[in-house]
Amino acid sequence: MKKSWKLLSAMMIVMLLILAGCGNDSNNAGSNASAGESGSDGVATIKERGKLLVGVKYDTKLFGLKDPSSGNVEGFDIDISKAIAKHILGDENAIELKEVTSKTRIPMLNNGEIDMVVATMTITEERKKEVDFSDVYFQAGQSLLVKKGSPIKGIDDITKDSTVLGSKGSTSVKNIKEKVPGVTVLEFDNYQDAFNALKTGKGDALTTDDAILYGMAAQDPNYEVVGEPFTDEPYGIAVQKGNSAVVKAINDTLAELKSSGEYDKIYEKWIGKAPAK
Amino acid sequence: MQFSILTDYFGTYMEGFRGTVLSSLLALVGSFLLGTLIAVFRISAVRALRWFGTGYTEFIRNIPLLLVVYIFYYGPSAFGSSLDGFTAGTIGLAVYTSAFIAEAIRAGIAAVPKGQTEAARSSGLTYVQTMTHVVLPQAIKLVIPPLGNQFINLIKNSSVLTIVAGLDLMYFADIVNSDTFRTFDTYVFVALFYLVLTLPLSYGMRVWERRLQRKY
Repeated sequence: MKKSWKLLSAMMIVMLLILAGCGNDSNNAGSNASAGESGSDGVATIKERGKLLVGVKYDTKLFGLKDPSSGNVEGFDIDISKAIAKHILGDENAIELKEVTSKTRIPMLNNGEIDMVVATMTITEERKKEVDFSDVYFQAGQSLLVKKGSPIKGIDDITKDSTVLGSKGSTSVKNIKEKVPGVTVLEFDNYQDAFNALKTGKGDALTTDDAILYGMAAQDPNYEVVGEPFTDEPYGIAVQKGNSAVVKAINDTLAELKSSGEYDKIYEKWIGKAPAK
Repeated sequence: MQFSILTDYFGTYMEGFRGTVLSSLLALVGSFLLGTLIAVFRISAVRALRWFGTGYTEFIRNIPLLLVVYIFYYGPSAFGSSLDGFTAGTIGLAVYTSAFIAEAIRAGIAAVPKGQTEAARSSGLTYVQTMTHVVLPQAIKLVIPPLGNQFINLIKNSSVLTIVAGLDLMYFADIVNSDTFRTFDTYVFVALFYLVLTLPLSYGMRVWERRLQRKY
């Protein structure tokens, strides 16, 4: 009996090591594949498929939200994605949207499940080590959402006794921990869960980019965005590392949209005001 | 495989490990007490208690654990109170597991032949004496293996706490993951932490089972 236990433990350790080995191999394979796709191949792959695979949020009002009645996903990010599909494939409907969250978007991109991430993703130095970014396609800033009448009027009112809610894997939770050391931060899988937690009194404020918070405030008038944005959050479109051809195609699209005035139209359609120059 | 993730984030992993251990221990004790009570209800001579026990078991064990945890996390706000993620998650876990434990204990008691009870009662033992001296000692042997399974499931199920920001191992692993972007490696280490808990429990249950068998 004792022997069989030793044997079982040994087998488990071996299994884990094999698993670990697999992880390593697949990661290497992934990065090799992406390196091989550099040059014009990334765009060629998309053209061959005839369809652009884009990772977008499904739970973020104004940027990427799935309309429960029609089943359509709509928002600023989707309009930008369509413009890119039109630029690469000549057809804005040659596109397949896949849901991503802050937590899943980089793994899904590096697994090759999607060509690009257009999902309110801030360009950071840390992320640049993992993925390549396009030019900035939206300039946001971090802010706070509170229940109307809350004593919190801005970032200065957040103390280490406050509880702040956020989304797992977002830059905003890292920022708030740096700004207010010792503050309690609770992180949720998506913004909807975080907003529900705020509504049921699990925290004093919800923090993320103002662009997303305005969407939540529009959803429930009992909540408001307070204070000036306290960070710069330049949103970029992420692609697999080394995929320079796709980055160029995206940047060309953005430049076209901006010079034609189409960008301003999309911006106003969703955000409700003209972009700051 | 980057072992540096384990060393760099060891503090973070341990913080989550502590949460998982604490939540599992509390839920384990809670679910055992609650499960035993419900099992007693189910074999009770009072019809109302039997109905309640059956209703409770069937309702709880036929809905997803996640839903039970949501009820305790979002539910109290309807009555103007609020439970934090850890508390709501642990209560949900205890309630969910108690239904399975009640069922295991009830099945164990039912498996003791009726003749045993009849013989004990005809020898002049009271109902309580029959239970404590004749039926339960035999039932417990039958109950240990399924009970062990439930406790192992409970530890693994405690990962549901991450959904309600319950500060458990999985919650902190998600944070490590978002920091390192090494999804696979991050969660392989999580598996190790869970094994540290579940393998000894599994072994302990087996030893206990064998020791009880030796007695008879």
